[in-house]
Amino acid sequence: MRFGVTGMVLRVILIFVFLLFWEAVVRLFGIPAFILPPPSNVLLALYRGFASALYVGHIGVTLAETFMGFALGSVLAFSLGVAVALSRRVEYYLYPFIVMFQAMPKVALAPLVIIWFGLGITSKVVAAALVAFFPLMVNTIAGLRSADEDRVNLMRSLAASRWQIFWMLQLPNAMPYIFAGLEIAMIFALIGAIVGEFVGATSGLGMLIQSMNFTMDVAGQFSILLILSALGLLLNGLVVTLRRRVLFWDQSEKADAAEQAVAEKGGVS
Amino acid sequence: MPQRSCAIGEGLAILQAGLRTVAPAEISTAARDVINVKRLSKQYGGGAEPILALKDIDFAIPEGEFLSIVGPSGCGKSTLLKILAGLMPASGGEALLNGTPIGGPRRDIGVVFQSPVLFPWRSVLNNVLLPADVQRLGRTVMEKRAYDLLRLVHLNGFERRYPWELSGGMQQRVALVRALIHDPALLLMDEPFGALDAMTREQMNVELQRLWMERKKTVVFITHSTAEAVFLGDRVMVMTPRPGQVGDIFRVDLPRPRGLEVMNTEKFGGYVRRIREVLNAGGGLE
Repeated sequence: MRFGVTGMVLRVILIFVFLLFWEAVVRLFGIPAFILPPPSNVLLALYRGFASALYVGHIGVTLAETFMGFALGSVLAFSLGVAVALSRRVEYYLYPFIVMFQAMPKVALAPLVIIWFGLGITSKVVAAALVAFFPLMVNTIAGLRSADEDRVNLMRSLAASRWQIFWMLQLPNAMPYIFAGLEIAMIFALIGAIVGEFVGATSGLGMLIQSMNFTMDVAGQFSILLILSALGLLLNGLVVTLRRRVLFWDQSEKADAAEQAVAEKGGVS
Repeated sequence: MPQRSCAIGEGLAILQAGLRTVAPAEISTAARDVINVKRLSKQYGGGAEPILALKDIDFAIPEGEFLSIVGPSGCGKSTLLKILAGLMPASGGEALLNGTPIGGPRRDIGVVFQSPVLFPWRSVLNNVLLPADVQRLGRTVMEKRAYDLLRLVHLNGFERRYPWELSGGMQQRVALVRALIHDPALLLMDEPFGALDAMTREQMNVELQRLWMERKKTVVFITHSTAEAVFLGDRVMVMTPRPGQVGDIFRVDLPRPRGLEVMNTEKFGGYVRRIREVLNAGGGLE
C-alpha cells in the first residue's frame, strides 16, 4: 500500500526480470537441466503434470493428509492445552513429557511413524498431526492463561462458576492465540505430510518429489515446489479468512503477541 | 450496630484522642443497615513481618445511602472494596451484607472497577447482560431492563455496537449499567472515573448522581479525589494509611440534585478542607 501503483508495477517487473535472468544464465552457460532447469522447462513440466492428470491425484492425497493431520493434531492439542491450562495438577504431571516433546524435532519421528502405521495415508496423517500439535497446544495454554485479572475478578464478583469463567471469559479471550496457533499448525501439517511421504509413501507430492529425484527430473521437482508454495498460501489463507470472521473484535495486537509466543516456544518442528 | 458519624469538626480531636466512640451519633432508625462492618482487619503475608492493610474498620451503611470513601493510595480502600465484593477474605472482624456475612462473591452485589472491563467480543447490550447470563436470569426481561438502563445513561442506539467503538466515558457508563442490570442490593465502585479526563469525569459524576437518585441504590464509592467524594456522597469516610484506618466520617449536608456549581460554594470548600485536615493528620498527604 505504501508504495502505490508504481510499486506494484515495479514488483511485477522485478519478478519477470528475475525469471529472464535465470533463463538467460542457464542458457548462456549451458547448465545441464538436471542441475538447474530454466524456468521455461519448469512451466512446461507443470503444464504436462496437470495435462496428464498426474499431479491432481497426488495433490488430492497430500491435501487430504494435511487436512486430516491438522484436524487430528488440533483437536488433541486443544484438548490437552485446555487440560493443562485449567489444572495445575495435570500440568505438573505432564510437564516432563511436554518439555521433552517440545525439544524434539518432530519430523525425526517420521521413520518410526511409517514403521508403525505403514505406507498408506494413515502414517502421513499421524506425521502431520504430530508436527501440527505443538504450536497449537502452546498457544492454547498461553491464551487461556492470558485472561486479565480485572476480567477474572469481574466474573468472580458475579459469583460465576469455574465453568462459566472458562466458557464466557477464558475461551473467547484465548481465541486470538488459538487462531495464531491454528495458522502455524496448518502449515506445519503440510510439512509433516510431505516429510512422511519422503520417508515412505505410495502417493502424494512428497513421494513424487522423491521419485523425480531418482530420475533426475529436476524441472519436475521445481514444478512440485511451486505447487506446494501455492498450497501453503491457500491453506494459510483459509485459516486467516476464518480468523477474520471469528475475531472481528480483535485488535490484532494479541494475535501478534501470540505469534511471538509461538516463535519463542513452539519453533522446533 | 448504630452508625457513628462524627459531628463535623470533632473529627480531628477524636482522631487524635484515638477514640471514635464518643461522637454524638446520629442513629439512623428509619432505614436498616445494608452494610455492617465491624472491627474488620486485613493483613497480607504471614511470616515475620506481615503487612497490616486494614485495621479495625468500623462503619455501617443504611439502605439507599451513597457512601464515598476517600483516601490516599495505599490506605487499603481497594482492599476494603475487594473484601466487600467477596473477592478476598478478611483477616479479622466481619462484614455483613443485609445481616449475613460476606463469605465470598454474591449475586446481590454489583461492582464497577477503575477500568470498564468490557469484553470486546460482546456487543454493548451483551456486555450489559453478562451478569444476567452468569446468573441465568431470563433474557427477555433482562434485555428490556438493559435497554431502559442504557437509555438512562444516554447510550440508546449503541446497543449493537462493540466496546472499542465507544469513548472511555461511554465505556464506563456501559460498565455502570452492567453493574446495575441484576438489581444488586449494593453497588461497589472502585475509582470508576479515575482513568477519565477531568471534564468527562465531572460529567460522569453528574450522571451517576442522577442515576443514583433515580434508582436509590446503596453505593460504596471509592475515590482519591476529595471533591468527587463530597460531590457524590451522603457521607464521606476518610481513610488514613499504614495501616488503613477510618480517619473520620462526615455527613455532607448539601441538597440534591447537586449541580457542578456546588463545588464553588463556601460550604463545599469547607467539607473539602476538613477532609484534607483529617488526611494530613493521618499522614496521608505529604
